[in-house]
Amino acid sequence: MTSLLLHPGLILMAGAILLAPLRGAARSAGALAVPLAALYLGWQVPDGAAATVRFLDFELAPLAGDRLSRLFAVIFAIMAFGGALFALNQKHPLELTAALFYAGAAIGVALAGDLITVFVFWELMAVGSTLVIWSAGTPAAYRASLRYLMIHLLGGVLLMAGIAGHVADTGSIAFQRFAVDSVSHWLILAGFLLNAGAPPLSAWLPDAYPEASWSGTVFLSAFTTKAAVYVLLRGFPGAEILVYVGLFMMFYGIVYALLENDMRRILAYSIVNQVGFMVTGIGLGTEMALNGAASHAFTHIIYKALLLMSAGSVLLMTGRRKCTDLGGLFQSMPVTTWCAIIGALSISSFPLTSGFVSKSMISQAAADGHLFVVWLLLGAASAGVFLHAGIKFPWFVFFQKDSGLRPTDPPLNMRLAMILFSVLCIGLGVYPDPLYAMLPYPVQFVPYTGAHVVTQLQLLLFSGLVFFVLLDFLRRTLTITLDVDWFYRAPGLWLIRSALQGLSLLGSRGELRLRQSVSTVWRLLERHHGPDSTLARTWPTGSMALWVMILLLAYLLFYYL
Amino acid sequence: MMEQHWLTRRETIRWLWVVFAVALALTVVAELFIAHEAHFEIEGVFGFNAWYGILVCAGLIAFAELLGVLFKRPDTYYEGGDD
Repeated sequence: MTSLLLHPGLILMAGAILLAPLRGAARSAGALAVPLAALYLGWQVPDGAAATVRFLDFELAPLAGDRLSRLFAVIFAIMAFGGALFALNQKHPLELTAALFYAGAAIGVALAGDLITVFVFWELMAVGSTLVIWSAGTPAAYRASLRYLMIHLLGGVLLMAGIAGHVADTGSIAFQRFAVDSVSHWLILAGFLLNAGAPPLSAWLPDAYPEASWSGTVFLSAFTTKAAVYVLLRGFPGAEILVYVGLFMMFYGIVYALLENDMRRILAYSIVNQVGFMVTGIGLGTEMALNGAASHAFTHIIYKALLLMSAGSVLLMTGRRKCTDLGGLFQSMPVTTWCAIIGALSISSFPLTSGFVSKSMISQAAADGHLFVVWLLLGAASAGVFLHAGIKFPWFVFFQKDSGLRPTDPPLNMRLAMILFSVLCIGLGVYPDPLYAMLPYPVQFVPYTGAHVVTQLQLLLFSGLVFFVLLDFLRRTLTITLDVDWFYRAPGLWLIRSALQGLSLLGSRGELRLRQSVSTVWRLLERHHGPDSTLARTWPTGSMALWVMILLLAYLLFYYL
Repeated sequence: MMEQHWLTRRETIRWLWVVFAVALALTVVAELFIAHEAHFEIEGVFGFNAWYGILVCAGLIAFAELLGVLFKRPDTYYEGGDD
């Protein structure tokens, strides 16, 4: 029980709640100190179950560690720290508390030793992330958060049903590798994949995340999808279906991001694309591929947060989010521009950046397994990443044309957060050994070989050439691209509204008829039994005797007939 | 009238294109001097990653444009409809 008090996730969640009433320097100090404490404690979690709790007939293990869970606990805590540093001047009092609570729940998932604990923290993540979206305080954010919550509650139901089925079948709540061989395991897989942004319901991600505040989206980009990658790594390594799901996600993200005009929606689609690489790696299932997926989740959290920090800085300083309204900002926002470029190079897996040392392992695993088509598609998607995120995002936001906007770089804490994450992107790219040492399996991979560097540079630079040659096709318009969410935002909504209207019409007509029949019966009763009605009047005794005599005579008559 | 930033001047952009072209050529030429680690036959084709990158990116942009014809809508499409 004592060790449960040192649970890094619970400490982060409790700290988040205690921070809520604080203001000023105390709040800032707390917001930075609590994630650092979680980082230290996450690093220290020993192998195996460190704490157990009895619940019903089960022995829960809410704090359990191994290399994989520590890796995710550590990166979630680093992200909480960087995000908090970036968000220190966020005015909305709820957001930072919600975001750190959300981060704590994600750490809780990473350190959960059993399925019930996974589920509890899973749902707490949904609550925390919804509150982060609410904190934006706009009607659009509120509506997006309700759609987000609806989808995630559905995911929770799928997961709970799967876990209940699994426990009924096996009697075990251990979180281990599942074979995709029963309805309950399919349900667990579906619940996990929904949070990863997998088809068919991936639209929740680009719908909801960009509606959060300039700082909220930074947190949102990190936890839900990567916690899903973690549980897939633990529960479904080598499940072949994940290869196909991951490949679809990679190209879906690229194509939709290419068509998008909102800078943060470009990056949101790009999250689906990047998680696609990880899901494909998990599906490949070899040690190399799983190391690749885990390390790519680690590096992706950092560079995607960095990209969204730069987008958040632009949003805060200009109030604009559409590529068509932006451009030329490099002239007055040099720090933000450089940090965005470093993030963009990292997501594109440029040599000397973090993406290069992680994503290459997934391609290497496909090549080692002689999976030609998968390897070819991974290469195609790598080129596509440079196209939609590596060049498109910095080009349209910071260069492109002179929008006439001359905002300055954001406040110091935001610049420091971006610089910290930029240093991590380059640092891990130049010296990946500390990251490799944390991966679940021993790393036998050398990222920097002549062939690897040259082929990657060829692929990326020629993709860049295509971008500039076909720039006219990529110019943005004031449009969105319909996605699967159209079904529940347009015809689904129309159906529900029509059904409700029909019901209420039916209700009002039915009510009218009911009222009419009730009053008819009432009038009938009034006529016969009311105070002045026939049956209620006082009758003279003589008339009663007369009626009795008539009845008796009638009886006599009928008797003899 | 704001002063034009040096990076946006026509002659700078021309120089950037020259530098870019040299970098592109260098990555292809460098292939002659490195030890290959081909797993598949196609990797042995000269400049594979260069032309594969061009084909894939052109294909992705074409596909996205096609999808856009079918599914692009004004960005006010959902406004007022889903609240």
